[in-house]
Amino acid sequence: MGRFVRLAETDRPPVSLEIDGTMVTALAGDTVQVAILTNGFALRESEFGDGLRAGFCLMAACQDCWVWTVEGERLRGCSTEVAAGMRIVTKGSTWQIEPS
Amino acid sequence: MADRTVLIVGAGPAGTRAAERVAAAGLRPVVVDEAAANGGQIYRRQPAGFRRPAQTLYGFESGKAVAVHGAFAALGDRIDYRPLTLVWHLWESEAHLLTGTTASRQQYDALILATGATDRIMPLPGWTLPGVFSLGAAQIALKAQGCAIGSRVVLLGTGPLLPLVAYQYARAGATVAAVLDTSTLGAAIRALPALAARPGMLAKGLYYTAWLLKAGIPFHRGITPTAIEGTDGVAAIRYRTADGIERQVACDAIGLGYGLRSETQLADLARCDFAFDAVARQWLPATDADGRTSTPGVYLAGDGARILGADAAEIAGKLAACAALQDLGIAVPDAEMAAYRAALAPMDRFRVGLDTAYPWPAHFAAGLPDTAVVCRCECITAGDIRDVAREKGAPEVNRAKAFSRLGMGRCQGRMCGAAGAEVLADALGVRLEEVGRLRGQGPVKPLPLATGIAP
Ligand SMILES: Cc1cc2nc3c(=O)[nH]c(=O)nc-3n(C[C@H](O)[C@H](O)[C@H](O)COP(=O)(O)OP(=O)(O)OC[C@H]3O[C@@H](n4cnc5c(N)ncnc54)[C@H](O)[C@@H]3O)c2cc1C
Repeated sequence: MGRFVRLAETDRPPVSLEIDGTMVTALAGDTVQVAILTNGFALRESEFGDGLRAGFCLMAACQDCWVWTVEGERLRGCSTEVAAGMRIVTKGSTWQIEPS
Repeated sequence: MADRTVLIVGAGPAGTRAAERVAAAGLRPVVVDEAAANGGQIYRRQPAGFRRPAQTLYGFESGKAVAVHGAFAALGDRIDYRPLTLVWHLWESEAHLLTGTTASRQQYDALILATGATDRIMPLPGWTLPGVFSLGAAQIALKAQGCAIGSRVVLLGTGPLLPLVAYQYARAGATVAAVLDTSTLGAAIRALPALAARPGMLAKGLYYTAWLLKAGIPFHRGITPTAIEGTDGVAAIRYRTADGIERQVACDAIGLGYGLRSETQLADLARCDFAFDAVARQWLPATDADGRTSTPGVYLAGDGARILGADAAEIAGKLAACAALQDLGIAVPDAEMAAYRAALAPMDRFRVGLDTAYPWPAHFAAGLPDTAVVCRCECITAGDIRDVAREKGAPEVNRAKAFSRLGMGRCQGRMCGAAGAEVLADALGVRLEEVGRLRGQGPVKPLPLATGIAP
């Protein structure tokens, strides 16, 4: 159960990954954002204390869907494809923008 | 001549046709696109392993989608194509690229920017709640992932994408709870003479709208949205009807958008001159009829220059490529360029028509409550912007940015820039063009923490 509703392409092979310590099933070719939002209702917490977020633009423009891996690597949810065994963390680290 | 490097940013319709034309002249252009596959926005491709046919994905546009994809595939080795690669900065005829976590540089003799557009957003209270996505996002979820953004979806805003996405959703089996259009039927009728410049486009728009009405999907025009309700996610949208009656529709997802805005950051980094465009209410890079900017060797094509749509983007891509080739000293038939210019001529008239039919609701900015978030990156509210206008006297957007951080977040003003400038202009009581424009900065998008330099 989740926020996004699958309407087509549902016969793809399943892919198992971990989101915040829970094993979930996604489908091959899903983005990380779709994997999270077909298994839940939000994607991350705003670091400004104004509650939950689920991303916004899906086209790599708004930068509101970044999550982390347990190794600390940062991923943009809408433009990263899921891979079996991924371990995603949606809470925690604060954001910082790098100097140019 | 063959050692001249033409760098094309964007592999949508404009970038594809530009690459094809440059390759036809015997050069091997470098084509960089951040996306995993070519196609751009309208002809966005589904991932490998997905099986819906082109007709399902692109509808009336499937013939053109197949043609553009085919043209790109046919280029094969005659172009140096680098997918999944972001151009994050431009400096002294070099583009700074990032592929995964690997950074590299690419020198160029000519640069064609075909960077496309993103949704134009007017915020409203509650728009940061989970379940609110851009209208374009709603379409991408379906096109690229086979998903709807929710189980009861409201599509809100205005523009040609609004009835189109509603139609695509309903056809795919999603529940469209309502289509809420801020534009009026009167405006659409006033726009008819200009829209008639492209009868085919007009006919498609009418078809989608008629289909939705026939399918019994509530379609309300002339509405004013007031707030999105919910705590941990969207629960309802509140709006005022054209007659001033307060209404509410229960929903768990909203697709929000008011037309498109050109993606111009790279043109800014290339130091192109900008001019205020009264139709788009956006500062756009100034170009000549062929796409030349004020910076020698830098050209623009497609929606990144002006929102003229995919057909115009294909023509503009070819024309900008011709201009670049010509400036590199490669002969281009005059008649060819004249034909492209003639084909582009009716497109701008149509753009004015679209803006008349589906106006950007600039006046909503003045009505935003002080508590409404405008910048979703850093939670800067309409009240924060009004404060810097009134108390600190910020006379233009870059000062307002310095005081309030508006547009300094990780989206670099892509989502908040248009509305933020309207809120500021309203608070200062000046015209929009007087508050200026946010200047671009590299990196145009955040870089991963561990970025290495390619050998
Ligand atoms: C979400 C969305 C949905 C749309 N849907 C429709 C539709 O259904 N029907 C319709 O008629 N029109 C639609 N449009 C408009 C249509 O997409 C455009 O008119 C058309 O795609 C313009 O073509 P283009 O080549 O100028 O740009 P695009 O097709 O947008 O291509 C631009 C490309 O540039 C790349 N890019 C941008 N910046 C960088 C960078 N810094 N580094 C690397 N790559 C970069 C992008 O990844 C993208 O692939 C849509 C627009 C959007 C934004």
